[in-house]
Amino acid sequence: MNLRRRYYALTLWLAFLLACIAVIGRTHFTTDLSAFLPRAPTAQQRLLVNQIRDGFASRLILIGLEGGNADGRAALSKKMAKQLRADPQFAGVNNGEAAYAGNDRTFLLNHRYLLSAQISPSHFSVTGLHNALSDSIDLLSSAAGLWLKPLFTRDPTGEMLQIAEQIRPGHAPAILNGVWSSADGKRALLLAQTRAEGSDTDAQQRAMAAIRQAYRSASGDRPQYRLLMTGPGVFSVTARDAIKTQVTRLSLIGSSLIALILLLVYRSPAALLLGLLPVASGALAGIAAVSLGFGEVHGITLGFGTALIGEAVDYSIYLFIQSGGDTGRERWIDRFWPVVRLGVLTSVAGFASLLFSSFPGLAQLGLYAITGLVVAAAVTRFVLPLLLPDGFRIRDVAPMGLKLANGVRRARHWRWGVVLIAGMACVTLYMHRTDLWSRDLSALSPVSPRELALDAELRKDTGAPDVRYLIVVPAGSEEAALVSAERAAAPLQTLIAQGKLAGYDSAARYLPSAATQRARQASLPDAATLAQRLPLAIGDLPVHAQRFAPFMADIAAARRGPLVHRADLDHTSLAMAVDALLLHRGAQWSALLPLTANASGSISRHDILAALQRAQLPQAEFVDLKSESDHLYADYLNQAIKLSTAGLLLIIVLLLFSLHSIPRVLRVIAPLAAAVVTVAAGLSLIGQPLLIMHLIGLLLVVAIGSNYALFFDRGTGHGNMAPQTLASLFFANLTTVAGFGLLAFSSVPILQALGVTVAPGVVFALIYSAILSNKKASPS
Amino acid sequence: MMLRLIFLPATLAVVMLLGATAADAADWDIDQLMQMLAQVHSSHAAFNEIKTVALLDKPQVSSGELIYRAPDYFEKRTLRPRAETLILNGDTVLIARGQKHYLLTLADYPEIAAFTASLRGTLAGNRQMLRRSYALSLTGSQAHWQLQLLPTDSRIKDKIMRIFIRGADNELRSIEIIQTDGDRSITTIASPAP
Repeated sequence: MNLRRRYYALTLWLAFLLACIAVIGRTHFTTDLSAFLPRAPTAQQRLLVNQIRDGFASRLILIGLEGGNADGRAALSKKMAKQLRADPQFAGVNNGEAAYAGNDRTFLLNHRYLLSAQISPSHFSVTGLHNALSDSIDLLSSAAGLWLKPLFTRDPTGEMLQIAEQIRPGHAPAILNGVWSSADGKRALLLAQTRAEGSDTDAQQRAMAAIRQAYRSASGDRPQYRLLMTGPGVFSVTARDAIKTQVTRLSLIGSSLIALILLLVYRSPAALLLGLLPVASGALAGIAAVSLGFGEVHGITLGFGTALIGEAVDYSIYLFIQSGGDTGRERWIDRFWPVVRLGVLTSVAGFASLLFSSFPGLAQLGLYAITGLVVAAAVTRFVLPLLLPDGFRIRDVAPMGLKLANGVRRARHWRWGVVLIAGMACVTLYMHRTDLWSRDLSALSPVSPRELALDAELRKDTGAPDVRYLIVVPAGSEEAALVSAERAAAPLQTLIAQGKLAGYDSAARYLPSAATQRARQASLPDAATLAQRLPLAIGDLPVHAQRFAPFMADIAAARRGPLVHRADLDHTSLAMAVDALLLHRGAQWSALLPLTANASGSISRHDILAALQRAQLPQAEFVDLKSESDHLYADYLNQAIKLSTAGLLLIIVLLLFSLHSIPRVLRVIAPLAAAVVTVAAGLSLIGQPLLIMHLIGLLLVVAIGSNYALFFDRGTGHGNMAPQTLASLFFANLTTVAGFGLLAFSSVPILQALGVTVAPGVVFALIYSAILSNKKASPS
Repeated sequence: MMLRLIFLPATLAVVMLLGATAADAADWDIDQLMQMLAQVHSSHAAFNEIKTVALLDKPQVSSGELIYRAPDYFEKRTLRPRAETLILNGDTVLIARGQKHYLLTLADYPEIAAFTASLRGTLAGNRQMLRRSYALSLTGSQAHWQLQLLPTDSRIKDKIMRIFIRGADNELRSIEIIQTDGDRSITTIASPAP
C-alpha cells in the first residue's frame, strides 16, 4: 500500500472524527420519556400524549407523610403546606386544611348568585320564591337545620346547598386532625401543583427539591417520619436519574468488561487500544448521526450504544485473530472481508426496519446502530490495517481454536437435539400464543412497579380516580370552551336520569361562562320588585319578611357585582378543579368532561355521541382512554411485527443475492431461526410477556447471529475453517454477550428487554450454528 | 377512668320514686344503663317531634318512625309534614329529601360526627363514644331514667347546650336537644310496635 493513500485515508478518518466530535459538542441530550411513546397519528391519540406531556395532571405532585403519630403528621403537613404555599414554584398546595375551606366558603357565598345553577327569572317569581322559602323552612326544622340556621336569613332560597351539590367532589380524602389523610389514617396527604409543566424535568426536579427541603425543615429531620412523592413529574425525574446513572454505569462496566476480555485474548495493550479504535469511531459517528437526524439524542440510545460496542468490536477481533502477521492482513481482506461485509449488511438490514418505527426513540436506536456498525466495519477494513505496526502480532489462539473445534465435532451429534428443542419451543410458543405479547403500554415505562404501586395507592387515598372516559371539546377561547361545556350538560343530565351514566364533571360547574353569569345576574329582581314579591311569596309561611334584610342586601349587591373570572378562584380549591378540566396550549382551548360510568362500568359510545349531537357539539370527541392506549399499543405492536418481518425478509433476500444458493441460505437461517424460537419460548416460559423491545431484540439476534452462521457457511464452502476463525467467533460472541448481558440487569425496561433477549439469543445462535454446521466446515 | 355520677336532685327523686320498682337507686349507674341498652338488637317505633326555632313564628311539628338495628344502623323516617329520611349507617349519614340525596362521611364532618354520637352512643350502649364528646350524668331509676349529655367537644359546644335522653328500662322515650341560641327540639318516642 503506498504512503500517499495511507496518508489520505488517515487524514480523512481524523477529519471525520473531528466533525463527529464537533456535532456531538452541540448535541442536546434528553431523557424525555415520550420519545419512547409512539408518535400519535390521530387527534385522540395526540390528546392522550399531550395530556401526558403538559396536562394539568402532569403538574401534580402527590405527597404522602408516614410514620410518627397522627398529631405529628398533621402538624408536619400544615408546616410543609405553609412553606410550600409561599414558594412561587407552586400554583397551589392543598392538604385539606380549613384555610382553604374558609376561602372556598367565602368565595362561594360571595358569588352564589352567579354560580348556582338554579338561578333563573322564575326562581325569583312569587311562586319560585315561595317554593324555595318553604323548602328552606323545612330544612331548617330538619336534621340538617342545626348547620343551615346561620345562613337562613342571608340565603333563604338555598343557593349554598345547591352549589354544594353542584361542586361536590366525587371522593374527597378523609380528614384526620384537620388535614387530609389516607382512609386507614396512617398517612397524611398533600397535593402540590407546580407552575411548570410536567414535561419540564428540570423544573420538576427543583420542585421536588423544594418539597424535600420543606419536609426537612418542618420535620427537623426526625427519623420517625417518611416522605413519599409521586406523580408524572416525579416519574420523569426518577426515570431521568435512573437512565443517567444506568447509562453511565453500563458504559463503564461494559467497556471495562470488553476491554478485559480483549486483553485476556490479545495479551497486548497496544492491540487492545487499536482494537477499540473502530468501536470508538463507530460510537462517535452514531451519536453524531442521531444528533443530526433527530436534533437530539436520547439517553436510552446511549445506553443501547454501549451494548452495541460488544458487536462492533467483533470486526477488529476478526481482523486481529483471523489474520496472522503482515501478509495475513492482505489475505484477510481477500478471504474474510466479504464475509464480514455481508454480516454488516445483514445487521444493517435488520436495524433498518427500526428507522421506520413510529417511536422516535426506536428510530434513533436504528440510526445509531446502522451508522455505528458501518463506520466500525469501514474503519476496521480501511484504517486499522494502516495503523498496525510492522510485526504486529497477538497471542496465537490456534490451540484454543483446536479445542473448540473438538467441541464442535462432538456437538454435531446433537443436531437432532437442536431440532427437538426448536420443535418444543415452537409448541410452547403455540400454546402461549394468546398471552405471548404484552398488551400493556405501561410495560414500556421506565417507572418501576413499586413506584407505580405507590402512585396508585396515593391516588386512591387522595380520591383522584383514574379517568377512563372523557368528552373533549376543542374551542378557540376560554369562554367558548365553557359555553360548550355548559351546552353538553343538559343531554348528559338526561343520560344520568336514564341511568346510562352515573355522573360527569365540568369546569363550568366551578366557573360558569360569562354568558351564563350575565344571564343569572339579569334574572335577579331589583330591590323594589323583591320587596314587593317577598311578602306575597311568604304568604302563610311561619316567618316574617323583615327577617330577610340580609338576603335583600345580598341580591342588590349581586346585581351590581363583577362577574367571576378564573383569577378570582385563586387560593380556593376550585382553581385546581377548573385547571384540570380546562386545558389550553397557546390559543387552543379544550374543555374536558370526565364521565363516570354507572355500575356496569362502561359507557356506550353511541349514547354519548347522540348526546353530543343533541348538544350540537360536532367538534366534541368522546375518548375512552383505556381503549385508546390499548389501540395505541396494539397498533404499534402490529407495526413492529410488520417492520421486523420486513427486516427479516430483507436479510434473506440479501443472503440469497450474496450466496446464490437456497440450501446455503437455509443453512445460515436455520440456526438463527432456532435461536429466535428458543429465546422467545424461554421468555414466555418464565412468564415474561413479550414487549416490543423483545421483538427488536429477536431481530438483533438474527442480525448479529448471521455473522457466525456466515463464517460457518464460508467454512463449508472453502473446505476448512481455521482454528483461529473459530476462536475469533467465540471471542466475538463473548464480547457481544458481555455488552448486551449487562443490559439485562438494567431497571430501565426498554434496555432490560433488549438485554435478556439478545444475550442468550446470540449464544444460542453461535452454538446452533456450530451444531448445525457441515462436517467440512470445521478445522481438523 | 373517672366516673362522674351526679346524684338525684330531690325533686326528681320524687318523680322517680313513683315508678320505682325493686331496682335500688344506689345500684343504678351509667354502666348498667349502657349494658342494658347494648342488649337491644333492634327496635322500631313511631315518633313525634316539636321544634322551636326563633327565626320561625311557630313551632314546627313533624312525625314519622324510628328504626334501629345494632350495632350502628339508625333510621329516622319523617312522614309528615314532608317526607325526609335520615340514615346513620356506620360512618355515613344519608339524608334523602324528595329527589335530593346527601351522603356524608362522618370522618369529613367531625362536628356532625360528634353530634350524632349522642344518639349512636346511647342506642348502642357505647359509653366510650359518648364520653369522647360529652360529659354524662344519669338521674332517675331504671324505669324512668334521664341521661344528660353536656358537650365537651369544642366543635359542638358553640351550637349545643345540652341533650337529654329519657327512657324506661332499655327503651328510649324522648330526646330533647337544647341549642345555645335557645332553639330546642323534643322528640317523643311512642312505645315500640309489637
